[in-house]
Amino acid sequence: MTNAPLLSIQDFSLEFDTFDGVYKAIDHVSFDLVKGESLGIVGETGCGKSVTAKSILGLLPSPPARVRSGRILYDNEDLLQANDSRMRAIRGSDIAMIFQDPMTYLNPVFSIGVQLIDVIRAHDRHRPVADRKTRRQAREYAVEMLRKVHLPNPEHQLDSYPYQLSGGMRQRVLIAMALSGKPKILIADEPTTALDVTIQAQILDLIKELIEEFELSLVLISHDLGVVASICDRVIVMYAGQVVEDVKVKILFDHPAHPYTQGLLAAVPHPGRPDDALSGIPGSLPNLLDPPKGCRFRMRCGKAHAACEDAPSLLRLSEDQSAACWLHFEAAHA
Amino acid sequence: MLELQELKVHFRVSGRGMRKAVVAAVNGVSLTVAKGDALGLVGESGSGKTTVGKALLHLVPITDGRILIDGEDMSTLNGDRERKLRRTAQMIFQDPHSALNPRMSIERSVAEPLILHTGLRGAALRRRVSELFEIVGLPSEFLRRYSHELSGGQKQRVCIARAIALNPALLILDEPTSALDVSVQSQILEFLRSLQRDMHLTYLFISHNLAVVRYLCNQIAVMYLGEIVEQGPTEAVFRQPRHPYTQALLRAVPYPQAVQPDRGPPLLGDIPSPIDLPAGCSFYSRCPVRIEGTCERIAPPPVRISHDQFVHCHLASGAI
Repeated sequence: MTNAPLLSIQDFSLEFDTFDGVYKAIDHVSFDLVKGESLGIVGETGCGKSVTAKSILGLLPSPPARVRSGRILYDNEDLLQANDSRMRAIRGSDIAMIFQDPMTYLNPVFSIGVQLIDVIRAHDRHRPVADRKTRRQAREYAVEMLRKVHLPNPEHQLDSYPYQLSGGMRQRVLIAMALSGKPKILIADEPTTALDVTIQAQILDLIKELIEEFELSLVLISHDLGVVASICDRVIVMYAGQVVEDVKVKILFDHPAHPYTQGLLAAVPHPGRPDDALSGIPGSLPNLLDPPKGCRFRMRCGKAHAACEDAPSLLRLSEDQSAACWLHFEAAHA
Repeated sequence: MLELQELKVHFRVSGRGMRKAVVAAVNGVSLTVAKGDALGLVGESGSGKTTVGKALLHLVPITDGRILIDGEDMSTLNGDRERKLRRTAQMIFQDPHSALNPRMSIERSVAEPLILHTGLRGAALRRRVSELFEIVGLPSEFLRRYSHELSGGQKQRVCIARAIALNPALLILDEPTSALDVSVQSQILEFLRSLQRDMHLTYLFISHNLAVVRYLCNQIAVMYLGEIVEQGPTEAVFRQPRHPYTQALLRAVPYPQAVQPDRGPPLLGDIPSPIDLPAGCSFYSRCPVRIEGTCERIAPPPVRISHDQFVHCHLASGAI
């Protein structure tokens, strides 16, 4: 693992124009993805995790989305400045994405084969003519990709339609599509949330296997801390559009630094420890049409005090952990 | 409190260009829930767990079998029995948003069952609704609001208030926290736990989330393809699952902790279609320890592990 980040998100802010006003979805978010790393982004609905991921690939229509500040650097190129044709070349060939509900992302009236071969040939358009695959080669490659995602009987399945496949099989097809352009980064937005646990376990195993085989770096978005723990090296915790903690998985569960992270961990029942007391986080998310001044978690935080009326920034606590909380600034300066 | 005997719910399916077939969504489920118990009914999507819950309340037609609630046969309904059933047993659904009428104030939503089933009117009715709001922890200034003005957790509290308005004895909870964020989920779970204690309720808790079931339920029944494959006290089943499917299900849950326990290979394949079920064990096609020649032919009978734990598996019977 080298230390130069493959993907670097720097001071990124994004907002949406709505009828009710300007919705400040992402506020000064910064993080890096190192080559070969699996990074999890966790947080509750509306915290900005999916919006961040979609912004990397320029998938948010503008308007209503508007970038306020920041850069998204991939291989020293700012993706926020890239034009449409450049983004099309990057999508799938450098950075690919899979989504929560595979059915929504497959066209119900075309067979799996037609859709997969279409993607393969679309990637070829960015190559010199001599290197492009023939129709037959594209079909063979499609079968090979389906075999790599362990879809049973791939030659036959090329002619299946999405409704004939189960949820797990559809997700395998989407993964095959995403990886057919040999990307370096895979962004997975809740890839197993719509699946049953035994199928989830299959897909997580598959993603782990493909990370090795394709030398992928992974950005996994999930609200399930168990899923993140079983696949990621590092985790970004987001709350109300901000990063509140950036921490290695090996530290996260035993030493969460931010009160929100602590609250999140205490709120999830542990399948192996039924006697642990559960405690919810009181209150609800702030309205991002008019975000509160200072620390955004302040109203729900048991440890809030006068300092919290100013916004804290991420403080590096150790090599493996940063958190945006005044308690740690005070501890550091005491 | 609740007893199901060989409950069957079959749906006929047909359509243009499609042969007629029967979907055996629930295929012979027998179950007993004692008063004051919380039974977790778990299984993957398509296992029939929600259909069991709906069949109990006659929200789907029952094909065969008997439903006994508080000793009374509720397998068929007439007007009196139906009124009684609706007062005794209430259901809470997964998506609180679609369970509330958007054109009714939530006060009216909670008052509905009281208006239909009791003589409460006017000030007495309003008092009872306020009381219910207090029980579920909603501020009284919410009374006049409409469901779109509430968050998911608040809407689920409204649904709970409506469900307990008639002081039912049995609550059927169908994935009541699945649509909620974790911080809200834990608030609702804690509340459901104290509500059960305070109101002496019996719960049938339908969920795919094993951690939640372990937290809330003292009994568990595992469904696969319309049948119960294992049931018993939650702790006994979690500590020593006997059915290969239960074992695989428990192994598949990722733990929120830094180091994952060794789980071995995941279960292969998908849950088969409930159309044209195979003759033998329903889990045969995915079972890692199946006995060729037996399991695909003969449906496994229930084997008693202890006085209240059963498993449907040939391996447990020791006969082979």
